[in-house]
Amino acid sequence: MSTKVKTRHQPHASLGERRGAGLYVLEIVAILIFILFMMPFVLVIINSSKTAKEIINSPVALPEYWGQIWTNVVTIFNNPSTDYLGAFIDSTIITVLSLTVITLFSAMCAWALVRNKTKWSTVIFMFFVAAMVIPFQVVMFPLVRWFKIMGDFIRLPLLGTYHGITFAYLGFGASMTIFIFHGFIKGVPLELEEAATIDGCSQTRTFFEIVIPLLQPTIVTVLILNGIWIWNDYLLPLLVLGSAGAVQTIPLAVTAFAGSYLKQWDLILTSTLLAMIPIIVLYLFAQKYIIKGMVEGAIK
Amino acid sequence: MKRRGIVDFLFIFPTAFAFLMVIIVPFFMGIYYAMTDWDGVKTVLNWVGFKNFTGMFSEPQFIYSFQITLLYTVINIVLVNIAGFLMSLLATSRVKGRNFYRAGFFVPNLIGGIVLGYIWQFMFNNVFVDMGKAMGLAAFQTSFIARKETVIWAMSVVNTWQYAGYIMMIYVASIQSIPDSVMEAANVDGANYITRVFKIMMPMMASAFTITIFLTLTNSFKQFDLNATLTNGGPAMLYMGKAVRASQLLAMDIYRTANQFNLMAPAQAKAVVFFVVLVVFSLVQVYLNKRREVEA
Repeated sequence: MSTKVKTRHQPHASLGERRGAGLYVLEIVAILIFILFMMPFVLVIINSSKTAKEIINSPVALPEYWGQIWTNVVTIFNNPSTDYLGAFIDSTIITVLSLTVITLFSAMCAWALVRNKTKWSTVIFMFFVAAMVIPFQVVMFPLVRWFKIMGDFIRLPLLGTYHGITFAYLGFGASMTIFIFHGFIKGVPLELEEAATIDGCSQTRTFFEIVIPLLQPTIVTVLILNGIWIWNDYLLPLLVLGSAGAVQTIPLAVTAFAGSYLKQWDLILTSTLLAMIPIIVLYLFAQKYIIKGMVEGAIK
Repeated sequence: MKRRGIVDFLFIFPTAFAFLMVIIVPFFMGIYYAMTDWDGVKTVLNWVGFKNFTGMFSEPQFIYSFQITLLYTVINIVLVNIAGFLMSLLATSRVKGRNFYRAGFFVPNLIGGIVLGYIWQFMFNNVFVDMGKAMGLAAFQTSFIARKETVIWAMSVVNTWQYAGYIMMIYVASIQSIPDSVMEAANVDGANYITRVFKIMMPMMASAFTITIFLTLTNSFKQFDLNATLTNGGPAMLYMGKAVRASQLLAMDIYRTANQFNLMAPAQAKAVVFFVVLVVFSLVQVYLNKRREVEA
């Protein structure tokens, strides 16, 4: 399937084609579904602006004083047991590092695999593709032990560190990322690269100055797919970083926080709100790319 | 040309090395560990053969988790795809602001299961119960996630809410790739809307259905995050005369076996079975759908 999500599309023979009562009903249905979809988010905002007592009195009533949300946010940031701000910084570092490493190395790998046509490159590519069926559950426990063994061997701990988890994300992200790059590079004509080689351009320079710019739309897709996965990921950070390690991510901080403030919904909901804000803000700015990236990633 | 080979090797090496160390080696270690007495502590492991594999099938919690995971997967394949498909019809209709709706329906999918689990725990335990009391609806007054009969359905509702917008976008892309001329021809022939959806659109979207059913299948079968924070496996119930956790799906059962009871080798054996079942289901699904695609 080589479909592209068109942003502006003149619908053909579609639902509500005849203007009139039918279309009117359809518009009401759409609004109702939309409200239903947004309800949980609205309730999070409402209840993040309440005290615990107000929530117990009524979880659906509007807050008495909207400014309460700042009090809740400050309480969370000052909470000694979970370092929320630290988790935010760590999540950002891990996501940025992993995205850089996955995108750069996978693009290099995919390009070399496409351009170097030998039976080895085919075999390696097949391995990457076949591994996509391996669920995380089947490798997660041995991985922790293996990381411990490797860390002891190189005298540089991999568990609980930025470089350890980045290395893990490179391994887990490689299959799909290479698959997407591979598919795209196959369609790029060789002539351009050949011309560069004839002009005396080295292979490395050809890659960085000619191939990378051509890959740009695919790079955006790959960044979005991997970025949303890594930012929200829970099990891998839980196993590699641990729930009480020095390096924490946002999902780990949210669970730690909710675990220590049992049923204190004013604070738990505020913490979920804080966790959602970065992605929602990004989505507001890059909505078109995000939808396109995630859909194309699935279709390919 | 020798130089070219060296550069290619250097380009392939970093990713291939990480892939080898993070997936391939642990994968084979895992298959080996599943046949040992690994407990997470001891360094010398003893071979025990298939003991861990036969053991899990006499464990009520595992048998129960297996069954509800299958049930949960089937429910979700049906719910998510029907919801996503209907929403895609709406999002390609002449409704005003359809791009806005598309973008809105997609939002839950951007947020992780961990965060959504807490939000919906609040919805089920507080909001719905409160509304039930205010409106005198008996069915709502006990939380849906506190009852063993409803907890799987409650989780499915949340999963549908989270995932339907994503599946919708795949359908939207597929609908837009149907040539206008085909739909117009059907229109001229006097086929009504329902007929066109079933007889023309859906057959032409066969490859999209293969993708969406595959995605919903693997996503529900591997469900963990939402399970962990929405219900944490609860409530307790009786099964085969033993107390089991009514909403503990397989992924969570594997994690708890290792984490709660330190039974690393039995947990690893469960994970291997989990892997085999997932691969068989995915392959059968893709095979059946591909065959249907050809017929259509």
